[in-house]
Amino acid sequence: MAILSTFAATQTRSRALVYYRDLVLVLLAKEFKVRYKNTFMGYAWSVLHPLVLALIFSLFFSVFVRLQVPDYTLYLMAGLFPWQWVSNTCFGANGYFLSNASLIKKVRFQRWMLVLSGVLNEAIHFVCSLPVVIGFMLYYSKSPEWNWLWAVPLLLGIQIVMMTGVGLFIGTCNLFFRDLERLVSLLVQLLFYLTPIVYTADMIPPGYTWLLYANPFAALIVCWQDLFYAGALTPAFLATAAAWSAAWALMGGCVYACKVWRFAEIV
Amino acid sequence: MFNDVAIRLRGVSKRYYLGSPVGEGFKHLILHLPSQIKALRQRRPFHALTDVSFDVRRGECVSLIGRNGAGKSTTLSLIAGVLRASAGKVETYGRICPLLELGAGFNHQLTGRENILLNGVLLGLTRREVRQRTAQIIEFSELHDFIDAPLRTYSSGMVVRLGFSVAVHLDPDILLIDEVLAVGDARFRTKCFERMEHFRRRGTTMIFVSHDTGSVSRISDRVALFDAGRLIDIGEPGRIIDAYQQRSLAA
Ligand SMILES: Nc1ncnc2c1ncn2[C@@H]1O[C@H](COP(=O)(O)OP(=O)(O)OP(=O)(O)O)[C@@H](O)[C@H]1O
Ligand SMILES: [Mg+2]
Repeated sequence: MAILSTFAATQTRSRALVYYRDLVLVLLAKEFKVRYKNTFMGYAWSVLHPLVLALIFSLFFSVFVRLQVPDYTLYLMAGLFPWQWVSNTCFGANGYFLSNASLIKKVRFQRWMLVLSGVLNEAIHFVCSLPVVIGFMLYYSKSPEWNWLWAVPLLLGIQIVMMTGVGLFIGTCNLFFRDLERLVSLLVQLLFYLTPIVYTADMIPPGYTWLLYANPFAALIVCWQDLFYAGALTPAFLATAAAWSAAWALMGGCVYACKVWRFAEIV
Repeated sequence: MFNDVAIRLRGVSKRYYLGSPVGEGFKHLILHLPSQIKALRQRRPFHALTDVSFDVRRGECVSLIGRNGAGKSTTLSLIAGVLRASAGKVETYGRICPLLELGAGFNHQLTGRENILLNGVLLGLTRREVRQRTAQIIEFSELHDFIDAPLRTYSSGMVVRLGFSVAVHLDPDILLIDEVLAVGDARFRTKCFERMEHFRRRGTTMIFVSHDTGSVSRISDRVALFDAGRLIDIGEPGRIIDAYQQRSLAA
C-alpha cells in the first residue's frame, strides 16, 4: 500500500501524462507573464541582445582587428544566439527556486518542474529567434539544409536536457549559498571567452584544443555553428555535446534529489 | 479497518538547524573555512516537533491549539508533504488541499484568475478540471470586480478569500487550514464555517489551526494541544480547551 499517496500517483497513466503536461504549461505561462509583462517586448529583447552583440563584435573584430573569417557576422550570430540561451539559463537558475518561495512553502509538487519550465521558456525564445538567423543566412546566400529536419530537434533536445541539469544544479546550490550569483556570472563570462564564439575553433592552437572538450558548453555551441554556418555537423562535437548534456543532467539531478526535501525550510 | 484512518503520525519529530553557517553565502564559507567547519560540527538542532503521534479518522475534524511556536504549522506542513519529518512516519490517505498560513501558494504578480489556474494545477488538478470550477470559485470568493487584477493589489483578506475558495472547490479528501480565516471579515468567516460544516457532513477530513477557541470548539470533533513541540493531550474539545486556558493562566 502506497504511503503518502499523492493525487497524481493514484491516477491512471494517461491522466498523469495530461497532468504533467498541464503543470508544465501553467508554470510556463506563469514564467512568461511574470518575466515579460509584454510578450512581444520579451521576444524583441531576446532577439535584439545577440543582434547588437553581433554588430559590435563584427565591427570590432572584422574592421579593427581584421580577423579573416568569411561571413563573420553570420558566424557570430550562429554562436551568440545559442549562447544567449546558455547564459540566460545560468543567470535565471539562481532564482528558479528562490523566486518561487511562496509556491514551494505552501504546496507539494514536483519542484524540478520550475526549472524545466524556465528552460523551456528560453527554448521557445531561441526557436522564435531562428527566423532571424535564417534571414542572415539568406543574406549571405546560404540556406537551411535538409539535415536541419533532424539536427535542429536533436540539438534542441541536447540543450534542453543540459540546461535543465545546469538549472537544477545552480538553482539548488543557490538556496544554500545565496551569493552564488556573483560566482556564476564570473564563470559564465569566463566560459564565453573560452568558447569559440568571436573566434573560430580552427584558430585555437593545437596545444589548447582540449579546451573545446573540457568546456561544458563549447561543443554544443560548435554544433549550432556547424549547422547555421558550415552546414554539416561534426560527429565528434555532437558526441561531446551529448556527453556533457548527460553529465549535467546527472549532476543536477543528483544534487537536486539529495536536497529537494529541505527546500521548503530554507527557501 | 485501516481505511478508517486519513492521517497517521507515528513518532514524528522535526529538527531544524538554526544559524546554519552555509546560509551566510559562499564567500563567507571560503573566507572563514576553519571556523565555519567548526560551527557546522557544533551546531545544535532545534526541535520544532518531538515524538508526535496521533491518528485522524476519515471525516473527522481535529483542531490544533497551542502557543506561538508550539509546532502547529510545522505539523500541518509535514502532513501536507511540504516538509519532511526528521524522524517518524507521516501517512496520509486521499488528496490534500493545504491552506498553510497566509497565502496558499500564489504568485503575487499574476491576477486572481491566473492564480486560480496555477494553484489548482499545483494542487493536482488538470487545467480542464480547474476551468470547470473557476466560475464557482470566483462566485464563492465574491471577488468578481478584482479577479483580473494582480494579486499584489489585493488586501490580505482578499488573498485568503481566494485561497479558501480554491481549496474548497477542489474536492479534497483532506483539508488543512492554518489560521487563514483570522483575516477574513465576519461575513466571509461565517461563510467559511458553513462550508466547513458542509464538508464535515460530507465526510471530508479536516485539520484546523486557530487561536480562536470559540471557533475551535464549534467546529472540531477533537482538539490537540501542543506545547514546545510536544503533543500534550488530544481529546474532547471542552476538556482540552480548558486545559489550554489553565496552562496559559499559569504561565
Ligand atoms: N524554516 C525554519 N527554520 C528554522 N526554524 C523553524 C522553521 N520553521 C519553523 N521553525 C521553528 O519551529 C517552531 C515551530 O513553528 P510553527 O510555525 O510550527 O509554530 P506554530 O505553532 O504554528 O506557531 P503560531 O501560533 O505562531 O503560528 C518555531 O519555534 C520556529 O522558530
Ligand atoms: Mg503557525
